[in-house]
Amino acid sequence: MRILARFFLATLAICLSLPAHAQNADAPIQQIMQENGALIAESSRRTIGPAIDALAASGLPAAQMLLERWQNKELYLNEETGLFVFGEEVDRDTLRIFAITDGSEIGVVPDDPYDQLRPNSGVRSMIGAALVQFQLNAPDAATRLTALDAIARDAEPSHLTALRAAIDNEPDAGVKAKKERLERLLTIQFAEDDAARIAAIEGFSGDLGVDVRATLNPLVATRLEVSETEPSGADIARTLTPGTDALPRAQAYNLLVEEGLTPPAITASDRRNALIANVENGSVAGIQVADLNTEAARDLAYAELARAGTVEQLATEADVDRALAAHFFFERFIGASPAVAQAAQDALATTEITVGVARFIDLVMDALSLGSIYFLAAIGLAITFGVMRVINMAHGEFIMIGAYTGYVVQLFIPNYTLSIVVALPLAFAVTFAAGVAMERLVIRWLYHRPLETLLATFGISIALQQIAKNIFGTQARPLTAPDWLNGSLVINDIVSISYIRIAILVLALLFLALFLFVMNRTRLGLEVRAVTQNPRMAASMGINPDKINMLTFGLGSGIAGIAGVAIGLYAKVTSEMGQDYIVQSFMTVVVGGVGNIWGTLVGAVLVGSVQKGIEWMTPSNTLAAQTYMILFIILFIQFRPRGIIALKGRAAEA
Amino acid sequence: MTDIAAPSSPRGAFVMRHPSVLIFLACLAIFTVGVTVLSEGFGIGVLSTSFIKTLGKTLCLCLVALAMDLVWGYCGILSLGHMAFFGLGGYAIGMWLMYARTEMIVVESLSNAPLPPTPEEISDGIASQIFGVVGASDFPPIWGFAHSLPLQLAAVVIVPGILALVFGWLAFRSRVTGVYLSILTQAMTLALSLYLFQNDSGLRGNNGLSGLQNLPGLDSVSQDAVSMWFLWGSALALGLGYVFCAWVVSGKFGSVIRAIRDDEARVRFLGYPVEAFKLLVFTLTAIIAAIAGALYYPQAGIINPAEIAPIASIYLAVWVAIGGRGRLYGAVVGAAFVSLLSTWFTGGQAPDIVIGSFRLQWVDWWTVLLGLSFVLVTLFAPKGLGGLVDLITERRSPDRHGADLGPDMGSLQEREAEK
Repeated sequence: MRILARFFLATLAICLSLPAHAQNADAPIQQIMQENGALIAESSRRTIGPAIDALAASGLPAAQMLLERWQNKELYLNEETGLFVFGEEVDRDTLRIFAITDGSEIGVVPDDPYDQLRPNSGVRSMIGAALVQFQLNAPDAATRLTALDAIARDAEPSHLTALRAAIDNEPDAGVKAKKERLERLLTIQFAEDDAARIAAIEGFSGDLGVDVRATLNPLVATRLEVSETEPSGADIARTLTPGTDALPRAQAYNLLVEEGLTPPAITASDRRNALIANVENGSVAGIQVADLNTEAARDLAYAELARAGTVEQLATEADVDRALAAHFFFERFIGASPAVAQAAQDALATTEITVGVARFIDLVMDALSLGSIYFLAAIGLAITFGVMRVINMAHGEFIMIGAYTGYVVQLFIPNYTLSIVVALPLAFAVTFAAGVAMERLVIRWLYHRPLETLLATFGISIALQQIAKNIFGTQARPLTAPDWLNGSLVINDIVSISYIRIAILVLALLFLALFLFVMNRTRLGLEVRAVTQNPRMAASMGINPDKINMLTFGLGSGIAGIAGVAIGLYAKVTSEMGQDYIVQSFMTVVVGGVGNIWGTLVGAVLVGSVQKGIEWMTPSNTLAAQTYMILFIILFIQFRPRGIIALKGRAAEA
Repeated sequence: MTDIAAPSSPRGAFVMRHPSVLIFLACLAIFTVGVTVLSEGFGIGVLSTSFIKTLGKTLCLCLVALAMDLVWGYCGILSLGHMAFFGLGGYAIGMWLMYARTEMIVVESLSNAPLPPTPEEISDGIASQIFGVVGASDFPPIWGFAHSLPLQLAAVVIVPGILALVFGWLAFRSRVTGVYLSILTQAMTLALSLYLFQNDSGLRGNNGLSGLQNLPGLDSVSQDAVSMWFLWGSALALGLGYVFCAWVVSGKFGSVIRAIRDDEARVRFLGYPVEAFKLLVFTLTAIIAAIAGALYYPQAGIINPAEIAPIASIYLAVWVAIGGRGRLYGAVVGAAFVSLLSTWFTGGQAPDIVIGSFRLQWVDWWTVLLGLSFVLVTLFAPKGLGGLVDLITERRSPDRHGADLGPDMGSLQEREAEK
């Protein structure tokens, strides 16, 4: 019986210890674990440091996996053998365990002897910091970049050492540059030594990066303080005078009150409540309630109450003035030591200048892009109005028709690139036909009667707009740009321009070239110019003025249609989109000088620049920008009624 | 143009020389009396108060059309800004109406307070009531006179008058004429409406001014009566405006401005200060438009920047063109006819037209019809509805190849016609 029992126990012991035997207790990683076993088992934030450091410093390939799984609470300690394993719960009582040396599966065992290590969040973040150096040295460059991004997002002092250690053996030059940049940023934030921080700050002077500014800004944080004596010391950022923009009187006085240096000033509602509380028999301090209908009377009543001691004496305006004059207001650096803060402030000031220059470049590009949109919208008018002198108020509606053509094409052709390629000529064809129809039916009866042309085309414009509204509804329709037009050309954190705007600029330049070619180099252009200058003479030279007028008007309208597709890509397609451009387009043509395509170009750039310039001066208010832009144009026409590039001689009288 | 053709009779009353004025005034009087008799407020109640208001508003539109006819039909300046002056007049009176009424509400709500309100408290209360919607609580400087009816009434005339004077002076001085002037006035209108659309313009942004139909201090009077008062006021203003315009266009002054319309350069060579004449007509008509607006908006009850948008001024030109420009009754008839027809069509009363499976709803298609009929009128009937009167009176005018009146080639074509 005893033998039997002993045999049974021995078998049990063998069964239990089998998995333990399967792992190599002498593996270096296990040894390190064993050396620090007590610390790891205790798992306290205060004492765990050496254990993690030992693992991290071991340079063992298995260390990374161990740290990761420890962080994920997958590390188990066998209390009987004292060995560490990775474990995965199979069910309540059994565990699948793996070797910590290489993660290979050992077997499924009862979980009785195994104790899960549950590092608390403090320990987990220490493990995480230790892991960083493994990620920073990972063989895969993408992993290294991810690690850098993660550090940049959420930097901690402990990352700095790991990062510094990971720079020298970085094989990839691009990643190395990123590491170095991040190292300097971390130095600014976390280095102990002020000299190192200042050196790093100075290295970033004038840098446009958002990350740099985000790092430097907390360093120059200040706190508003007040004192009765003149402040001194290196950490004084600046002194302030109450009553200026930087420090309004009320804020200054509130500070004094908060510091307990003066009694609070009386507000109108406090005074009113105090008076109401002290109404006795229809009067307050001897003044009839009915007479308390002016500020002066209320002041008087309150002063009486205060004299009688009924209410607290409160500061009057004169007291406020005296108190403000007696104190010094200043801002104290609280983000960093004075020298570092000063260096950061200088670096930010330099950056400010660079940012200003970059903003200006960005503004110029915005202005050019807006100008090219106006140019595109106006180039059809430059033909119908500039060359033929036909004022077509339905021009905006031709733009709209072009945009809707693009929309309809996209309904049938789902491929965006192909649909745009189809839409451009189709829009030209549709609006060309519409233009020719309009010229034949309406405009040719009204040549030399510009005011009536204006009225008749207004009628057409109203009708077309309503028809579009009836067909397509009032909500905006999308005209989607192909993928290769999405996104923008990013030059740095401030200067960027979207590809659609570049495409519109290119399109505008193409049309400029087309216009110049058609007008100056082709038979059609010659005939157009002849008919415009003197239709009878042209007719006697064998030119058919009717046909030429029809074709020219169709051409101008067709270009409006193409402009519509381009504008639709960048703005929404609505039945009223033409209205948004018609006045600006006419202004562009008039400002530039009627009858001269270069004038239209200059006009478009001028109108675009002025609008963007005004928007820059009054940000968040584009309505005001448009208002002032129109006023500017009205005034501009006062000084150059014939536009920037005015035709001279007989051509001007035509 | 009966009133033009009669300068040869030197003596006699003004209206005797211009029978059309007498006929018009008689028609207006009959209309007013008829409406009064049929009204709910003072008569047998056949016409509803809302219809009375529509009629009253139509009279105001006739008045602004009269101004448009004077500046366009007679002086040849196609202004696309007169509805802006109309709107400014409405804003000017609306500020007083809104201020005074809000003041009464605020004073009433403060009257139960333990202490009698101070002027500052009342002013703050009014400001937060009026400007709460645009997130402000202080009065902008332009509301400085809103407490005073006489000052705001003066503003009805002065503000649009000054704007027209300055704009006109700038435009006419630099010899901007014809379509350029039209586009410039349109730009001015657009700028003004965009400005008013901002929340910090001081006029409540796109909320506009509302509750204008309630006259301060007259809460006890029903809208039935108030609508009649405004109808009478509008009729009176229209009658006076008509007589005034007829007087302006009948004398030597009228001859000069018509000459400016037909050939500006020749008039200038004859020694007339063309710019001064145009500026005077432009400013005068702007003021008439503003007065019309000041009468219109208390009847409409609400004004917002959309009313000032360029399209409104274009519709004004449409009315005058359809009625027949260059004759005062034409403008009145055109404005009344088109605006009442618009109300009828867009109000949903007009029966739908069914073409096969397609159902043509006038609410949607009326604007299309209006736009196209405008094109047809411009092309085929430049005299507009007024031309029908010529058919009846069998008055002949030179065949101007369809170009009736206009500053451009009209006179040249007239010469050709006479050959």
